[in-house]
Amino acid sequence: MNTAVTIAGVELKNPVMSASGTFGSGHEYSEMTDLNRLGAVVTKGVADRPWEGNPTPRVTEVCGGMLNAIGLQNPGVDVFIERDIPFLKQFDTRIIVNVCGHSVEEYLNVVEKLNDQPVDAYEINVSCPNVKQGALAFGQDAKVLEDTTRRIRDVAKKPVIMKLSPNVTSIKDMALAAEAGGADAISLINTLIGMKIDIEKKRFVLANRTGGLSGPAVKPVALRMVYEAAHAVKLPVIGMGGIACAEDAIEFLLAGATAVAVGTMNFAEPRTMEKVAEGIEAYMKKHGIDDVKELIAAVQD
Amino acid sequence: MKRKEEALIAEHSCLCGEIHSLWLETPMAAEAKPGQFIGIYPKDGARLLMRPISICDVDAERKKLRLVYRAGGAGTKEISGYKASEKMDILGVLGNGYDVEKMKGRKVLLLGGGIGIPPMLLLARELDAAGIACNAVLGYADGRDFLHREFDTLCNTYVATMDGSLGTKGTVIDALKENMLFSDIVCACGPMPMLRAVKEFAKDTGMKAYLSLEERMACGVGACLGCVTKTKNTDPHTHVNNTRICVEGPVFDAEEVLL
Repeated sequence: MNTAVTIAGVELKNPVMSASGTFGSGHEYSEMTDLNRLGAVVTKGVADRPWEGNPTPRVTEVCGGMLNAIGLQNPGVDVFIERDIPFLKQFDTRIIVNVCGHSVEEYLNVVEKLNDQPVDAYEINVSCPNVKQGALAFGQDAKVLEDTTRRIRDVAKKPVIMKLSPNVTSIKDMALAAEAGGADAISLINTLIGMKIDIEKKRFVLANRTGGLSGPAVKPVALRMVYEAAHAVKLPVIGMGGIACAEDAIEFLLAGATAVAVGTMNFAEPRTMEKVAEGIEAYMKKHGIDDVKELIAAVQD
Repeated sequence: MKRKEEALIAEHSCLCGEIHSLWLETPMAAEAKPGQFIGIYPKDGARLLMRPISICDVDAERKKLRLVYRAGGAGTKEISGYKASEKMDILGVLGNGYDVEKMKGRKVLLLGGGIGIPPMLLLARELDAAGIACNAVLGYADGRDFLHREFDTLCNTYVATMDGSLGTKGTVIDALKENMLFSDIVCACGPMPMLRAVKEFAKDTGMKAYLSLEERMACGVGACLGCVTKTKNTDPHTHVNNTRICVEGPVFDAEEVLL
């Protein structure tokens, strides 16, 4: 049975990876789940210097999901290189670094520093809804997204995966813009912008007022967007949004994703990704599928 | 080692109002330190996140641990409905806890306010076992003094109630002053206004203060960076001034945190 897939020349032992921001750089969950079982670890966003993030409260649960407005608190690329890459290199898994910035220059600073490091690909976060300056601004205008992609592609020595926002009018146009800018792959969806109000206190629950919605509540929207994006471009697509089990992951593969990422459900069950990888194998066995690639975009009317 | 596992409910009862006592049979009881917490998961699939609840006590054989919590929201209300012999998923053991060793030879005062009272019970028990003298002040809204009797068996216990129905009328600090309970070390858990007041009071009177903080959490293990508190010094994870309550806390040296 072959479970390996290839994203922009990077072979993953299986199509299951972590969704950025839910898994740190793997340290915290490594005592509860086996990182060797993952196709890749996608790290929390890394900027060119430490970011403080937003005031608290930063997280809250909602029906079938959660809202977060962390604001990309991160230690910056220097600490990442010194501390997190050596940690991740102990495991037999791919390293995809999520890169964030307030400006194209800041993205480029990170990419330049990582170009000679033993990491496998960059996922460019042009879709974080919780950072006031930059971030989402690069991912909501097709022209800006195309230009940003091109400028990063020109500097990057590793595959560039553009992570798309669902908070747009046409996901197809954004996927096409990333492709036109030279992206090697796209990943989606980032979180949907949401809100929660405490009616007793008559206050926003999150200090940031709004936060990104994730978890099973977003899955049907994510699946539809992955389908639309995957059928608009020739690029490989990493699908995510509310994946809780192997069945969910297989839906994303059938919709056109080459790989899938698990995010919020890591909080509910730290072994979710291992279980998804095992469940995909069980499904393949049950249905007599020899190669997981047979599932990609296999949905029919 | 942190892990998610099933635990059997040994006893589950309502102490008063929204306050519930839950005894769980789990190997985590053998590892639990005072001030640490457990994540307990609702079973309703629409509620994904664990509820972080401080460890109130462990039994003599260290096979069961006790959580005393307030069923204030829908998730904890759901949890309060599960009965003895049912199983719950828990994540633990989480957080740093109090360092009892550091308190040897010192006079210790425990301050618990409302649902901040439960973690002080295990601390009182471990201090007692280590031969460290301590007093406790428990602050309640009214005369419904849950856990009061348990504290009485372990240390000199004083009570403050906001409505004056029991003990000192006012806050735990009012009771502290009234009873002249000045100590070398004060350990406190309770609502933020209380913790701010304790920090200030400890500073003015030269007591060392350790505060147990809470914040909305998602992962509970330090990955999501949801539950941070502002710190005086650079934090060990991000190298800014925002440290994780779930990992570097929930117990902090009061001088370290900006409340």
